[in-house]
Amino acid sequence: MAMNEPKQLSVQELIAQKSNRGLLAFTEKLIPKILLLIATVSVLTTIGIVFTLIFETITFFTEVNVLSFLTGTEWYPFANSTPTYGILPLIVGTLKITAIATFVAVPIGIATAIYLSEYASDRVRRIVKPVLEVLAGVPTIVYGFFALTFVTPILRSVFPEISIFNAISPGIVVGIMVIPMIASLSEDAMTSVPNAMRDGAYALGATKFEVAVKIVLPAALSGIVASIVLAISRAIGETMIVAVAAGSTPGFDWDVTGSIQTMTAYIVQVTTGDAGYGTTIYYSIYAVGFTLFLFTLFMNMLAQFISKRFREEY
Amino acid sequence: MTTTIKPASDVLEKKEPAVKSNKASVYKTNQLNLWYGSNHALKNIDLDIKENEVTAIIGPSGCGKSTFIKTLNRMIETIPSVKTSGEIIYRDRNIFSKKYQVEELRTKVGMVFQKPNPFPKSIYENIAYGPRIHGIKNKKTLDEIVEKSLRGAAIWDEVKDRLNENAYGLSGGQQQRICIARCLAIEPDVILMDEPTSALDPISTLKVEELVQNLKKEYSIIIVTHNMQQAARISDKTAFFLNGEVVEYDETNKIFSNPTDDRTEDYISGRFG
Repeated sequence: MAMNEPKQLSVQELIAQKSNRGLLAFTEKLIPKILLLIATVSVLTTIGIVFTLIFETITFFTEVNVLSFLTGTEWYPFANSTPTYGILPLIVGTLKITAIATFVAVPIGIATAIYLSEYASDRVRRIVKPVLEVLAGVPTIVYGFFALTFVTPILRSVFPEISIFNAISPGIVVGIMVIPMIASLSEDAMTSVPNAMRDGAYALGATKFEVAVKIVLPAALSGIVASIVLAISRAIGETMIVAVAAGSTPGFDWDVTGSIQTMTAYIVQVTTGDAGYGTTIYYSIYAVGFTLFLFTLFMNMLAQFISKRFREEY
Repeated sequence: MTTTIKPASDVLEKKEPAVKSNKASVYKTNQLNLWYGSNHALKNIDLDIKENEVTAIIGPSGCGKSTFIKTLNRMIETIPSVKTSGEIIYRDRNIFSKKYQVEELRTKVGMVFQKPNPFPKSIYENIAYGPRIHGIKNKKTLDEIVEKSLRGAAIWDEVKDRLNENAYGLSGGQQQRICIARCLAIEPDVILMDEPTSALDPISTLKVEELVQNLKKEYSIIIVTHNMQQAARISDKTAFFLNGEVVEYDETNKIFSNPTDDRTEDYISGRFG
């Protein structure tokens, strides 16, 4: 040890010895440029995708009237004589699934979040949270088969009028799929409500439930609503479950017991089928995809708007 | 261990029996002990706290004064590892008894915290929250309660035109008085204050101190404070806590002019803590 230290240097001298200021300044200048380049790649990719969607959609609209696309109530692209492209049945199909999923997921998801953040002991939370995350990691094709081979038969044994392909079963299963999303994000929002606020309410003689519902829930509302909107957005875009279990019969009605088709399922149907490149059907998936994109974009912007606008400031 | 503790009633009866002894007790603690896990935080506390007085609790950081005041409305139970022994008698009932519902106790015993903690709601909703959860729904009654409470907390004139604005838009001192008003809204019997001015500027502190002086006509107030001048200014009795024990409990005048225990003298003269 001692022979390594011929003489005692002050810390400042050691710093001067080791200092590499020149190189450091160079890398400091370079690093932001490299990072910018990487960021640009992801932004350009997004822009590229959107532009592809837009261009192919425009091509589609040179062959099909925009108005009849947006307001048409019949979607028969595969009809041999006169194919019709009215997107409303696909939108209605998507909305059926989304509505059923929301109806299932919101109460269960929020109840779970309240339980986890306000009632559960640390031990329970340590077990339940990872289980929820596993649920969120199940591949959607598995959910699809779960809907088709498990939920649908149960529903049919209770309500025999339900057909094999229907809206209700995949709707419920899409709901189950997004429960972890609502539960987990809402729980985060509720857990981040400061304890001082709970104490303020407890000190007034509030019960646990009163604190949870009247203090924590409103204080975390923006996060909770944002989680719901994101879950809805996810349900709108969900593909495999509806492609497997919902059927492929676009219809313009509110019946949930029969076969339907969603926007996503139509795209799957065309891309896995044998529609040739350059045909109207080929371009139609871009138009449907673009519509879907607008829906989810709107929902995501709504989520951001809500989380900013309705935040209870603290 | 408790040899230095003089029950206040003894001391008082000797000094001014005619005036003070007829005040009823709000709280009597009886060999109160408290542990955080294995850490013995309160040791054999025997205190007799009288009604319509301001009782100050002073002592260095970590002496158990905040723990003590949070035990009085059982807020301490939000910490899972806490164990207690002994009794706290509030108005003739042991608050640790199984039959005593904690919500009932806290409806009688309000609390103001160290940092202002209004709810992220409007000023009106902050005050109305307490009465609402206890079943008062009538809008007119609530309006009256809100005005009365805000007046009681000496903040009505500052906020009467902005009752629907978020309480977090107010200054720290105003927020603290909103919290006091929120506490007054359910007309408790006792108000516990845990260093209520430690996060406030001197002017806001003064306002809160004046408020405490006014409130003691109708309420019994127990206040924890780091600030000895504050204790001297506003309290009738003072308890000096050290390492989880009550070293001395007496008339505030006596504690600050002629303390019995050397440790009290050392503390108030600034030799430690």
